[in-house]
Amino acid sequence: MVQISKKTYFGTWTALLVLLFATCFFSRLDLKAFNTPIAMGIAFLKMVLIILFFMHMRYSRRLLWVFVCAGFLWLLIMIELTMSDYLTRGFSWSQ
Amino acid sequence: MAESELLAEQFDDLAQQEETCTVGMWTFLSTEVVFFGGLFTAYIVYRSTYPEAFAEGSHHSDLLLGTVNTAVLLTSSLTMALSVHAAREGRRKALTIFLGLTLILGVAFLALKGIEYSEHISEHFLPGRNLKRGLPHGTELFFLLYFVMTGLHAIHLLIGCGVLVVLLWLARNSRFSARYYTPVEVSALYWHFVDLVWVFLYPMFYLIHG
Repeated sequence: MVQISKKTYFGTWTALLVLLFATCFFSRLDLKAFNTPIAMGIAFLKMVLIILFFMHMRYSRRLLWVFVCAGFLWLLIMIELTMSDYLTRGFSWSQ
Repeated sequence: MAESELLAEQFDDLAQQEETCTVGMWTFLSTEVVFFGGLFTAYIVYRSTYPEAFAEGSHHSDLLLGTVNTAVLLTSSLTMALSVHAAREGRRKALTIFLGLTLILGVAFLALKGIEYSEHISEHFLPGRNLKRGLPHGTELFFLLYFVMTGLHAIHLLIGCGVLVVLLWLARNSRFSARYYTPVEVSALYWHFVDLVWVFLYPMFYLIHG
């Protein structure tokens, strides 16, 4: 595997800390319906940074991408099917 | 060390062995995604059912401690990545230092988490007979998920610390070189994953606005 420069690691870490303070700052503001999407969006960004650079996914073979995405895909299916049940309970066409 | 000593007999060469170990670790981490995923799903279901109760519960979390702890864990991921970097260059001393730093940061995280737990318990937020009265209906579910999810995360981190102790011992005995450092690389993947879980737990339990 290629050697990744220390600069990349420190850059990733700086970006992660900036995102941490951003998410902390935004949570103090009253953004109504946008608070949760912003917090989760920033968490997702941090996840992508960690997986791509700290976990070397950017430098790995495509085969590994399949293994990485598999778990997240099944998690999404689980959440999607569960919430399509819970969020539509009590729903009626006649309302 | 000769290649024959480092290579398990089912592999052709060290590169193939390393790739197999990496894929194996990611397979395990995929099962971990779904393992934590059940709890994440439960959280989404109950937060959408009791939004006010979850916001109320979140206001009792220590935002400062949580944020500091997140920074500690993110920094431990940096030192772990740097130990892989040092291992790749065959720098034994740097490897030992960075593994040691990672271990210290991991233990610091657990210590801060312990302080937080004792604060929560002394304020009667542990679900059960002594749960504080007068909280909105559903807050006990917030605290139940809080203790179970952060507790499960802490157990993972504790295991990670144990792995680091083994790595430190192996590194001190010169078991790694620029040619062979697969255990460091694979353990780093696990460590980063545990960090990843916390990245999501932090906004879920500390940052609910309402």
